[in-house]
Amino acid sequence: MHHSIDVHDLVFSYPDGHPALRGVSFGIAPGEKVAIVGPNGAGKSTLLLHLNGILRGAGQVSVCGQLLSDQTLGPIRSAVGMVFQDPDDQLFSPTVFDDVAFGPMYQGLPEPEVRARVTTALADVGMAGRVNRVSHHLSSGEKKRIAIATVLAMEPEVLVLDEPTAGLDPRARRDLIRLLRELPQTMLVSTHDLRMVQELFLRTIVMDEGVVCSDGPTADLLAAPDVLHAHGLEVP
Amino acid sequence: MFNRPAPMHLPDGFLSTIVSIVFWAISALTLAYALRRTGKDLGERQLPLMGVLAAAIFAGQMLNFSVTGGTSGHLLGAAIATILVGPWPAVIVMTTVVSIQALIFQDGGLLALGANLFNMAVVGVAVSYFVYTSLRRLVPQRPWSTLVGGFVAAWSSIFIASLSAALQLAISGTSPANIAVPAMAGIHALIGVGEGMITVGALTFLVATRRDLLAREQAGSRGGVGVWVFGLGIALALAVLSPLASANPDGLEWVAEQKGFLEAARSPLYNLIPDYVLPGVSNEALATILAGVAGTLIVFAVTLGVAYLRRSRKNTV
Amino acid sequence: MHVHFLDPYRPLPSPVHALDGRVKFVLAVAFILTVSLTPFGAWPVYLLLLSLMLSVEILSGLGVGYVLRRASLALPFVLAVFPLLFTTPGSALLKLPLGTWTLVLTAEGALCFANVAVKSWLSVQAAIVLASSTPFPDLLLAMRAVRIPRLLVAMFGLMWRYLFVLADEALRLMRARAARSGLVRQPSRSAGRLRPGGSLAWRARVAGGMAGSLFLRAIDRSDRIYVAMLSRGYDGEVRSFALPPVSSGARVTLVTGLTVLGLLWLSGTLVWG
Repeated sequence: MHHSIDVHDLVFSYPDGHPALRGVSFGIAPGEKVAIVGPNGAGKSTLLLHLNGILRGAGQVSVCGQLLSDQTLGPIRSAVGMVFQDPDDQLFSPTVFDDVAFGPMYQGLPEPEVRARVTTALADVGMAGRVNRVSHHLSSGEKKRIAIATVLAMEPEVLVLDEPTAGLDPRARRDLIRLLRELPQTMLVSTHDLRMVQELFLRTIVMDEGVVCSDGPTADLLAAPDVLHAHGLEVP
Repeated sequence: MFNRPAPMHLPDGFLSTIVSIVFWAISALTLAYALRRTGKDLGERQLPLMGVLAAAIFAGQMLNFSVTGGTSGHLLGAAIATILVGPWPAVIVMTTVVSIQALIFQDGGLLALGANLFNMAVVGVAVSYFVYTSLRRLVPQRPWSTLVGGFVAAWSSIFIASLSAALQLAISGTSPANIAVPAMAGIHALIGVGEGMITVGALTFLVATRRDLLAREQAGSRGGVGVWVFGLGIALALAVLSPLASANPDGLEWVAEQKGFLEAARSPLYNLIPDYVLPGVSNEALATILAGVAGTLIVFAVTLGVAYLRRSRKNTV
Repeated sequence: MHVHFLDPYRPLPSPVHALDGRVKFVLAVAFILTVSLTPFGAWPVYLLLLSLMLSVEILSGLGVGYVLRRASLALPFVLAVFPLLFTTPGSALLKLPLGTWTLVLTAEGALCFANVAVKSWLSVQAAIVLASSTPFPDLLLAMRAVRIPRLLVAMFGLMWRYLFVLADEALRLMRARAARSGLVRQPSRSAGRLRPGGSLAWRARVAGGMAGSLFLRAIDRSDRIYVAMLSRGYDGEVRSFALPPVSSGARVTLVTGLTVLGLLWLSGTLVWG
């Protein structure tokens, strides 16, 4: 059985020469929920952008057994549901419906199927009543959930989220954590929120300066404060 | 409520139906070409870039600064759009800005939108492009050439566009040229200074912080000789015609000949070309204006034709 | 803080609001065209058009006061037509001596002025009712229905969506500026009056810097939006659903409206044209 995500020796430098990834390797099995933590500038966001081919570095990236290449970009982008940090970047359509329908439409699905996907996705994130709203009338917590719905509608195999709890007030954060707990997809989450990691993710990868420093059970990591401090993290 | 004075956005009711429709046709054709052209140059990146830039220009128009106690200056944006993304994408960006302004905020009428688009999205952009590229070519690669070019381009775009608006009013008979032209030109000569200053400020910031961005966007977009020629042509045409139209040695003579306007205004659709425009008839000044406009349109048509031919030849070679 | 007030749409339970946006769009444009084509001096036609407009305003629940208040914002431009009062030849109504000159206010001039003012006033009311009673996404649909290119409609949608995001950012910039700018007392000018400090050029540069910052954020944001679009499968082509069918009720309204406007135009042209 193939891994949901397989990364082998990923190396990437930005055009200005700054080396962001210096040999990253890991695998994520179907159904696993994994957190990536590390200081700012560690390369976490850069890594995530490689998982659906937005950035292309040296090394291998495989999603659900398919090697990432020019030909497989389409199916891989369907399989990897990427949720970015700022929901205003992802909600770019006039209405919530248009945004959630965007993914399925570009997957080439017929209209009735697209509508069904939108209804299901919004229900899954608890935003069923919001379908005709315009995005700027929503609160940031609602926007985050709609952003997740926009990728859920594509029925991805893997959900990749970049800083999902950033900027949320405590209640919205609680709601989001509950949602992430309920969603069945394989999940890879980059975050600074170690309390959420403690609650939801059994496995944690620590990244620093473009390499993987540790990869193992979350409990072990949280029990080693010196490791945490070495990488700019704090015990929750 | 943001009270934004919009002295160049002509409301409905000020232009005759014919003038409105003619300029709608011109703007629609230009826009269609701009869409095709931009598709080739920018590809799929164009949608988010131009949409958000249009939003930024509109939001930028809210950034006013007090000029004197009561009034304030603010940005139109044709020049900065042209400098940032090139002329053809700028046409689309400005079309988006001006259209939304008309539709949602009633800055400018819906029937008059065609004429407003011509003034701001076509003339404003073309003149900005002509002035900016000329100045930068004349003063090669000095650090301040961008800023000076930006200032003059911004001022010229506002000034020349206002002349176009004034002449549209004159042809429609709403405001005689000898009043509309000096009034519009005068007001916008001042407003243009504000536009220039804000444009320079924005460019200074961008040059200092993200010179690479400026270079990237400018490298990606091409205008070509066609736009440059049109920019020059329209600027000359309007700059020459307007004083011609408004300078009447005898104001009363002008007023007497104005009687023709009343007749024409009464039946706007049926007198497609009012008598006094035909050669050899009384109102020479108006004949000159219309000849100038016709000439401009011919220049424009030839320019587009040349640009189009050059493009298709490039593709077939 | 949100810039909600930028959005003129007011949701109300009125038949005007419920009417198909495409029909409203066409009727609004047809109304403005009719106004434009109505000959000078066709006062009964103007009156009928005005009563039509006022009825729609009342029916929509927006209220005549609201619409007229918004319409008054377009008023300053009417000043541009002021000279027409004095330059049109005809029977003199009023003579205003100004030094060596005499401004002659003519009846014809007053007529011209009034016509332009009325046309302008009627047209802007139609646009206000359209924008205030129709949610913007419906206006986008209307644009598609009249065959405006999909790419342009998509761009309008993007601009509108990010208008509010960027206006929020612009407001934040302005508040930050306000927080850092004290007003300076300038005793040499008017006694003790507070004025913004700094020279005009400096203030313009600050405003320009804010504009530059805004543009920079816009370009950066457009990059991130592009990445988000790619991640959801965007391939450069604008895709949208087929336009929903127009209900028979809306169709009837459209035909009725166009007929009424057509009759008004016809009667105006025949009698006064």
